[in-house]
Amino acid sequence: MKWGVVRFPGSLDDGDALWALRDALGQEAASLWHKDETLGGAECVVLPGGFSYGDYLRCGAIARFSPIMKSVARFAADGGLVLGICNGFQILCEAHLLPGALTRNRSLAFVCDFVNLRVENAATPFTRAARPGELLRLPIKHGEGRYVAPEDELRQLEERGQILLRYVDESGAATDAANPNGAMRSIAGVANERFNVFGLMPHPEHAVEAALGGVAGRKIFESIAGAAR
Amino acid sequence: MRAKVYVTPRKGILDPQGRAVEGALKSLGFGAVGNVRVGRFITLEIDAPSRAEAEIAVRQICERLLANPNIEDFTFEVAAE
Amino acid sequence: MSQAPAALPGEPRVDLAAARSHGLTAAEFAAIERLMGRTPTFTELGVFSVMWSEHCSYKSSRKHLQTLPREGPNVIGGPGENAGAIDVGDGWVAVFKIESHNHPSYVEPYQGAATGVGGILRDIFTMGARPIASMDSLKFGAIDHPRTRYLVNGVVGGIGGYGNCVGVPTVAGELMFDPGYNGNILVNAFALGLARREDLQSARARGVGNPVLYVGSATGRDGIHGASLLASAEFDAGSEAKRPTVQVGDPFTEKLLIEACLEAIKTGAIAAIQDMGAAGLTSSSSEMAGRGGLGVELDLDRVPLREANLSPYEILLSESQERMLIVAEHGREAELAAVFERWDLHAVVIGRITGDGRWRARFKGQVVADIPVAAISDDAPLYDRPAAPPAPLRDSSSPRLTTAISRPDPAAALRALLASPNVASRRWVFRQYDSLVLSNTVAGPGGDAAVLRIKGSRRGLALKVDSNPRACAIDPYLGAVATVCEAARNVACAGARPAAITNCLNYGNPERPEIMWQFVRGVAGLRAAARAFATPVISGNVSFYNETEGRAIPPTPTIAIVGTFADVSLNVKHYFSFPGDAIVLVRTAAPSLAASEYADLFGAADDALTPIDLGRERRLLDGLVECAQRRLIRSAHDVSEGGIAVALAEACFNPAAPAGAEIVPDAIDASVAAWFGEGASSVILSLPAENLKAIHEIFAPLEVRSIGRVTAAPRLKIGRQIDEEVAALMRLYEDALPGRLGRHD
Repeated sequence: MKWGVVRFPGSLDDGDALWALRDALGQEAASLWHKDETLGGAECVVLPGGFSYGDYLRCGAIARFSPIMKSVARFAADGGLVLGICNGFQILCEAHLLPGALTRNRSLAFVCDFVNLRVENAATPFTRAARPGELLRLPIKHGEGRYVAPEDELRQLEERGQILLRYVDESGAATDAANPNGAMRSIAGVANERFNVFGLMPHPEHAVEAALGGVAGRKIFESIAGAAR
Repeated sequence: MRAKVYVTPRKGILDPQGRAVEGALKSLGFGAVGNVRVGRFITLEIDAPSRAEAEIAVRQICERLLANPNIEDFTFEVAAE
Repeated sequence: MSQAPAALPGEPRVDLAAARSHGLTAAEFAAIERLMGRTPTFTELGVFSVMWSEHCSYKSSRKHLQTLPREGPNVIGGPGENAGAIDVGDGWVAVFKIESHNHPSYVEPYQGAATGVGGILRDIFTMGARPIASMDSLKFGAIDHPRTRYLVNGVVGGIGGYGNCVGVPTVAGELMFDPGYNGNILVNAFALGLARREDLQSARARGVGNPVLYVGSATGRDGIHGASLLASAEFDAGSEAKRPTVQVGDPFTEKLLIEACLEAIKTGAIAAIQDMGAAGLTSSSSEMAGRGGLGVELDLDRVPLREANLSPYEILLSESQERMLIVAEHGREAELAAVFERWDLHAVVIGRITGDGRWRARFKGQVVADIPVAAISDDAPLYDRPAAPPAPLRDSSSPRLTTAISRPDPAAALRALLASPNVASRRWVFRQYDSLVLSNTVAGPGGDAAVLRIKGSRRGLALKVDSNPRACAIDPYLGAVATVCEAARNVACAGARPAAITNCLNYGNPERPEIMWQFVRGVAGLRAAARAFATPVISGNVSFYNETEGRAIPPTPTIAIVGTFADVSLNVKHYFSFPGDAIVLVRTAAPSLAASEYADLFGAADDALTPIDLGRERRLLDGLVECAQRRLIRSAHDVSEGGIAVALAEACFNPAAPAGAEIVPDAIDASVAAWFGEGASSVILSLPAENLKAIHEIFAPLEVRSIGRVTAAPRLKIGRQIDEEVAALMRLYEDALPGRLGRHD
């Protein structure tokens, strides 16, 4: 399937997403420039990790106004698949393509580590290659990944199954100690109501090779590739 | 007393944040904007017998913690409530 | 001789007093007048003062640095360009360098460390290499010193804040606390980049008439006389007042600069490129012209300014960050400008290359500086400063060598060592750094050396930065040798062949003979070890004047070594993974408690360093590489702070699940020095028992001892005296630093 990885000024993991898709997963993937409006026929658009525009005002706040984001919004409205990783998740929230917001980690420090995630809903285009409740070990690396939303919104997310990934411990329990950033309800990744836009703080593109960070990230990309077929 | 503290990048010091915001505003069509500086706004309450004493304390608070004297300036207002 | 520039209105008078206040001596001022054939203008005086400063001219160190081995079959560039480079195979070149940012980091820890990272990255991509890894060597005062916590938080925050945002992984590092650094911390930043050999750039100007382009951030009053002067004089009570406008790092702009410069290099329109580091526009323009034997003319009215009314003096001496100077091929300026525009950066033509060998600057139509390029780039003073050992040989800055008061039992000593700030896990620090971006990190922080793969090739690199100031304080020569040995050993433990060295030599005031002696002895040690290991010194930096009110830091040569893998899949982990594996100790000599962490915690009478036989050290390195290549070993871990007992514990800390180890009684002599001593080069290996014979052959004539085996039960048993649950030791090890420093969970 055809993937497009957007490159904003300050994107950092765009090359890693392209590497993971092309070299590790054998997909067709192209880089999309933020000043262009074309998505190049991509069937899934990836907004990568990084510090777009330095993340100087609020993470993602400036990138959402890039010309390409108009096309991404249109694409999403037409049902196209959009995956936002880390900074990409932050941009999707700022652009109101996903509910909630990502705020400074509870520790007030950047955190780079491997975490355990539990797949909360495996019936989506982004998670269908996983079993419900399956644990995935993925890296996180962010300073502002604490997911917050109003209580009634959280309840709705819960009811509709929009929470796709939660931070858990090795036994699969969503404990406070296993929550690396203080995210509300241990939320690591959420989808929109139509389940065609998904944002997550962990980096699946950094877990696609056994020699570098394991292969749990493949589940996300393989789900998407399968869903589009 | 209630104090309002404004911490801003010192004049002449590079403010990457302000520059990024200014660039974004210009690209959104706000071409008339210039010299954007981004700082912090802090409010706090302080127990003090008089406004003058509160001001002394707030100044110390600013110098010791709220502002980085190497790169930031501060101003504050103290008002009785 | 050209027309002397006129003084600008309001400029201070230039005389010996003015020269002195610029840090120049009477003899240096006389030399300037001789070279110029007249008294310099105030602007010119400023230019000389920075270019002839210790930081820019290496006037006290050059004579000695020239004795270091720089050549080797793999070496491409050497000292002289912005960074050195080695061929790592398949057409790839690794460019790397380490540099100090000590003084700025003490004054303003966050921005000082951040701009240190930014500066070293520019040294790498200015060579045409994409930066792919950073490391840092950090030295702070005693962990309970009132300023330490503030400095650590600032420095670590600054390194992370910059490195994470610029997208270069921080893959390894070093952190030490010692009262010798209470008044002067050390922040040494390393960066490594990869380039295709044909893309390597030069900082040698060519082509009379070629335009000079300014790219990046606008110029402000940042750090005028900052790096150059601050790093060329001691701190005293007045340092606070002399504080220049602090440089603020902008990693976002740096990221744009990296991408734009690498793209611009691909056009072939760049004749020469150099970053504007210390002494900014002055050093970059004069050094490029000097290397090319040419001249340069700058029009200061065209320099992009951040604030109005900067004088020529300020424009020329500003150390604003994230700026590059490019000599473009004539007629191709527009092509380059288009690349930079795409990245929202502006390339501005601010001058041109001339053939007259003069460095000339114009401002408002008037020449404000006109100096022979050679006078500032080549004719800086060269000193052979007197060096003499201190009398008595050891002063109070030597390690605290006291006779043992109370010796804990071995198990208690092991627990105390694992929780000691200089041994404990650095996870609290490196968790704040992105170590994964760019998808090359095979082994990140926390092991013996970081391991990176080179994409699209089987090859890889191992990186390690080390220092050993305690040993250097006892014997600056042996300490430097030991530092090189340790860095090389770490790289070899990972399975890579040590290939080349970059160094950052941190010392006190070189005008004091005993400090100069430390430096000369340190360089001699570095030279001996680099020769013995055939690891040329391809780049480096010297940081003098690390002293406050007459008290110097311990001599601290920081050594970073890069090793190469022909096949990175043969890399070796530092921890035990297979129960039943034999545990083997290989060493070049018996350890001692001198300069050890044990001595620091509990005292020791022994202060004689173990002598080092470089032939045996080389044998150990070659043996480790051979073991990896023949897949004979499952793990290799260097014995360092805390000795064998601590190394065994660390080898049990398998990140997936704790392993255990059982060391048979009497396998290691039952002495405190044998268990906790340092100084000797020792490694702990684990391997299938059937490989034992091969291991003995490989390392002969070194001492190879089978000391025990890896167990499934996660307990560490050493003889009859230590029997500890590994998980409990791991908690001590992991919790110590955040407990002492942290506010983060």
